[in-house]
Amino acid sequence: MGIVVENVGKKYGDFVALDDVSLNVRDGSLTALLGPSGGGKSTLLRVIAGLEEPDTGTVVIDGEDATGVPARKRGVGFVFQHYAPFKHMTVRDNVAFGLKIRKREKAEIDERVRELLELVHLEGFAHRYPSQLSGGQRQRMALARALAVKPKVLLLDEPFGALDATVRKELRAWLRRLHDEMNVTTVFVTHDQEEAMEVAEQIVVLNHGAIEQVGAPQDLYDRPANDFVMHFIGPVAPLGKRWLRPHDLDILLEPEPGASEATVQHVLHLGFEVRVEVKVEGGEETWVQTTRDRARELELADGQQVWLRPAHDPVLEPEAAA
Amino acid sequence: MIALIPLSAVVLKSTDRGWDSFWNAVSSPQAWAALRLTLIASVVVVIVNAIVGTVIAWVLVRDEFRGKSVMNSIIDLPFALPTIVAGLTLLALYGPRGPFGLDVAYTRFAVVLALLFVTLPFVVRAVQPVLLELDQEVEQAAESLGASKWVTFRRIILPALYPAIIAGSGLAFARAVGEFGSLVLITGNLPFKTEAASVFIFSQVESDNVTGAAAVSVVLLLIAFVVLLGFGWLSRKVVRDEG
Repeated sequence: MGIVVENVGKKYGDFVALDDVSLNVRDGSLTALLGPSGGGKSTLLRVIAGLEEPDTGTVVIDGEDATGVPARKRGVGFVFQHYAPFKHMTVRDNVAFGLKIRKREKAEIDERVRELLELVHLEGFAHRYPSQLSGGQRQRMALARALAVKPKVLLLDEPFGALDATVRKELRAWLRRLHDEMNVTTVFVTHDQEEAMEVAEQIVVLNHGAIEQVGAPQDLYDRPANDFVMHFIGPVAPLGKRWLRPHDLDILLEPEPGASEATVQHVLHLGFEVRVEVKVEGGEETWVQTTRDRARELELADGQQVWLRPAHDPVLEPEAAA
Repeated sequence: MIALIPLSAVVLKSTDRGWDSFWNAVSSPQAWAALRLTLIASVVVVIVNAIVGTVIAWVLVRDEFRGKSVMNSIIDLPFALPTIVAGLTLLALYGPRGPFGLDVAYTRFAVVLALLFVTLPFVVRAVQPVLLELDQEVEQAAESLGASKWVTFRRIILPALYPAIIAGSGLAFARAVGEFGSLVLITGNLPFKTEAASVFIFSQVESDNVTGAAAVSVVLLLIAFVVLLGFGWLSRKVVRDEG
């Protein structure tokens, strides 16, 4: 059940958008396709939806081979990045569209639309037109429209991409709650690692049309499979030949075996977080993320002599994948 | 002002021998037949244009084929040609010695044909940019919701095109009502049969009945005005109903 993608390849001319991608999305899960733009994540989403035909490979949705099945028969709900509202229809008619073309009873449609508008908090907006809605409201309308036909899977392409930061944060939490309520297999595309970590249960990192790693957010952060994932999924700081998370570096005031001597260049106070920029002996520049309390305890000042030590074993040797 | 001054001059001229002569001029059987022909032919032309023009715009925007850019330029040709040349061309093609063996000269069909030719670009050029601007994702959204190509076209694309189709049709109608040059040669201007209002007006001027000519002009003007108002109302209604 869920979605099974096997050996999917897709080329546009010489450009390889997807290179032999295989992926399992568990039934009822919430999965993020994460990667830089041009990495193939949107293409993969569109292949699952049937909006793009793969050159090779198969897509199985809910146990049924969907490869070659037209989008309109896949039972997939798709939310577009720019929402693709039907501008000449009211919010109500937008949401009812899928039901109307299925020739459902009017009473049934009315009931379902009412339910959905309530679900997406647009109860009072049924008779507005999309042009009279804010970005976040349009987004929620598009979501209700996609959910109206009870899709087997819900696919969202950069669902928060066009929204401002505050609305974005709000909608993230809301989408996660919504997913918990609806329990429909959901896949969304994002280029924002924070968004993926915050919303998804499973993250699929895509780069150059291939999957770099699949795992829970914590897994990817703590055990990145390679250099790319390490860099993409969180902040990094170099030390010697290693890459570390900047909060995995301890600052010591006394020398110690294995610790590297360094000079504090600059201390940045960002509220709870304090960023310490240091220059390691030999000229390498790196930085340490620490807390306000810890920085106060160490009485760090620009130009101060300190020693750096990895808090635990490094997650990744840089040579491993670079 | 530029439009109003000449228009009021025509209105004044049409009534300078009193309302009786105005009414006589307009209600003469020949004038009436000419007006009716112009009106009916224009309506037919507008309907054909609305449909065919939309189809042509669709093909030009959505289909890829060899010679597309050439065809795109050809659409404007009726605008570029002096209409008398259009009439000449049509006579050569569909006249007694036309290459297709299709002789429609001096028939009412010729009136419609000539009007179709000169009004072709209006709807095409009105619809084309709107179609270009249409977000393809909207169609994909409809598709993913289960809509077939036809349902998507009828319920999503067409409503978006209505304002453009109506605007183009309004212009085409106005042009058809006033068209003169392309009609003169191919229709033969047979009174009661193929004589359009504009040609009738011209013949009245030639036979020194300027008042009669002006009277028919005023009626023509009124028709055009009312129809344009109607199109304006329709397009506002469409915009309101459809968002």
